Amino acid sequence: MSTQRRRAARWPVIVLVVAGLYFLLPMVASLEFSLRDVHNTHSFAAWGRLLSYPGLLDTLFTSLWVAFGTVALTLLLMVPTVSWVHLRRPKLKRFVEGISLLPLVIPPIVLVNGVLVVFQDAPEIVNGTPLILVFEYVILALPFTYRTLDAGLSAIPLATLVEAARGLGASWPVVLLRVVLPNIRTAVLGAALLNLALVMGEYTLSSILLMQTFPVWMVSTGRTDAGVSVAVSLLSLLIVFVLLFLLSIVSGRRTRELRPFTPSAS
Amino acid sequence: MTVTEAAPEAVKRAGTSVEFRGLRRSFGEVAALDGLDLAIAPGELVALLGPSGCGKTTALRVLAGLEQVDAGEVLVDGGDVTGVPANKRDMGMVFQSYSLFPNLAVRDNVAFGLRLRGVAAATRRRRAQELLELVGLDSHGHRYPHQLSGGQQQRVALARALAIEPRVLLLDEPLSALDAQVRTQLRDEIRRLQLRVGITTLFVTHDQEEALSIADRVGVMRSGRLEQCDTPAELYQRPATAFVAEFVGTMNHVPGVVAGQEVVVAGHRLTLAEPAGARDGQLVKVLLRPESVTLTAEADGQALVSDRSFRGAVTRVTATLPDGTTLLADLPSVTAADLQPGAQAAVRFAPQPVLLAEGE
Ligand SMILES: Nc1ncnc2c1ncn2[C@@H]1O[C@H](COP(=O)(O)OP(=O)(O)OP(=O)(O)O)[C@@H](O)[C@H]1O
Ligand SMILES: [Mg+2]
Repeated sequence: MSTQRRRAARWPVIVLVVAGLYFLLPMVASLEFSLRDVHNTHSFAAWGRLLSYPGLLDTLFTSLWVAFGTVALTLLLMVPTVSWVHLRRPKLKRFVEGISLLPLVIPPIVLVNGVLVVFQDAPEIVNGTPLILVFEYVILALPFTYRTLDAGLSAIPLATLVEAARGLGASWPVVLLRVVLPNIRTAVLGAALLNLALVMGEYTLSSILLMQTFPVWMVSTGRTDAGVSVAVSLLSLLIVFVLLFLLSIVSGRRTRELRPFTPSAS
Repeated sequence: MTVTEAAPEAVKRAGTSVEFRGLRRSFGEVAALDGLDLAIAPGELVALLGPSGCGKTTALRVLAGLEQVDAGEVLVDGGDVTGVPANKRDMGMVFQSYSLFPNLAVRDNVAFGLRLRGVAAATRRRRAQELLELVGLDSHGHRYPHQLSGGQQQRVALARALAIEPRVLLLDEPLSALDAQVRTQLRDEIRRLQLRVGITTLFVTHDQEEALSIADRVGVMRSGRLEQCDTPAELYQRPATAFVAEFVGTMNHVPGVVAGQEVVVAGHRLTLAEPAGARDGQLVKVLLRPESVTLTAEADGQALVSDRSFRGAVTRVTATLPDGTTLLADLPSVTAADLQPGAQAAVRFAPQPVLLAEGE
């Protein structure tokens, strides 16, 4: 019986190893490739060249602020909206979810033009700079944002908490900030991570709009130099990893604050 | 520190009066409130009692400002608050379901309302501690809601509601999620606290025992209106309508025949409490409390004892009349000794005015 159990316990490990290899092998191979030099030697030559290409820091900076702008605008728009749907128009949930899925089926070019048309009379600062991308990405990320927040709000007794807070004297903004937000923090964090990853890797929209973002720079640089192109994709992966890691550290610290004691028997 | 006797000054306050005038509220076809009138005196605890769906919760939520009315007004201390939003009403509310903020420790939950009012941190902490002592949980301030039992969570919710020194305390079936023992214990505790703090309280429940045992007055509701609002004793002994009579306590439905201002039941003439809406000779169902029915063992008695259950001082005897009617009688246990199942018994009724059941 114990062998059987041991055999059963082996399966998760095997699955984990296979999945790990599936993700890690390409990365290791890429790393190896990016380190190749002439005559079967290895060196950091490609990585060195990468850093010497102009535009790395500029585009990275652009993408970062677009990413954080997208996260901020998304949360600002979507947390109150989804909360409102949950509280006041639960019957509209299906409908709103349907709408939030539209960006998945609408071709990017249509999306781009739609946003451009809406903002055509906006000042140059909006539609002439990467700021326009923030608006595009908020829409692009909508399906993920909506579903994540929806799941988070469904997991808490929202109506009761909100009414309790209202009764204790909380205005609507205070309810959102002090009651709703802290109790769906995991979902908010998830939505933020998805937005971030999306923006840091999105190429199509920004290239159509002729914006010099990090992914656009990556593609154009990679075209000229195979070694550099691989190094650059590893770099972008690394950057996203670091960002996600930083965000989860922030949330991890808060989570520990939240549950400092073990449940009691009483 | 002796907080057990007198309430701390922080939570003591003169009562506030409340008045509902002709409240109406419909949800689609359903009239949840259909002309509700109710006046609550300062410091009074009124329980709203009634069957499921009669509008108790709606009435309470209207007072809290969480629900709008279609017509009528809500007066608090004589002032019209009908249009005032919930966060400006200063009502302390305890909900049926657990409503503590999961992300805040118990003491921060209690201090939440004070924080919104800009009370200084030190004062806030002291007041939260006082209130937790008041509900007997002063050693649990650092815990989180998920680390408390259901009863403890409701105590904290009570402390949180009282912390803001509300004008009125609103309780919507706060005990219904708890098991029987905790329920009665917390019920009595709520009443003690309410008397100590002297706060006007509206307590909603569908449990008549709960309502009768803690309220100064009990308002019985029926389809969005108040049927009767009186002291528990008055309600039980002199119900104004058959609905109230049947809703509060246990009632026998005994067939009788109307004869003028009287009704004949099993050979006895009983006075009607209100003019009968029935013709002479009409067959009706008479409402009789088990304690106003007396059975005595007699070989030629018309009732047949079928069951008995000992309840301490009284014994509830179940008997059947010749026409098949089941009759419950609460008799002093000492006199019920010879009323064993199978025995014949004579039936008599207390000479009190009686009510007739509706629609029969
Ligand atoms: N938000 C709402 N939308 C639609 N109908 C509602 C709503 N709130 C209450 N109702 C209806 O109004 C009526 C009264 O409801 P209410 O909750 O006040 O009853 P209650 O006396 O508290 O009942 P219970 O003892 O079951 O809690 C019910 O028929 C209910 O279905
Ligand atoms: Mg209710």
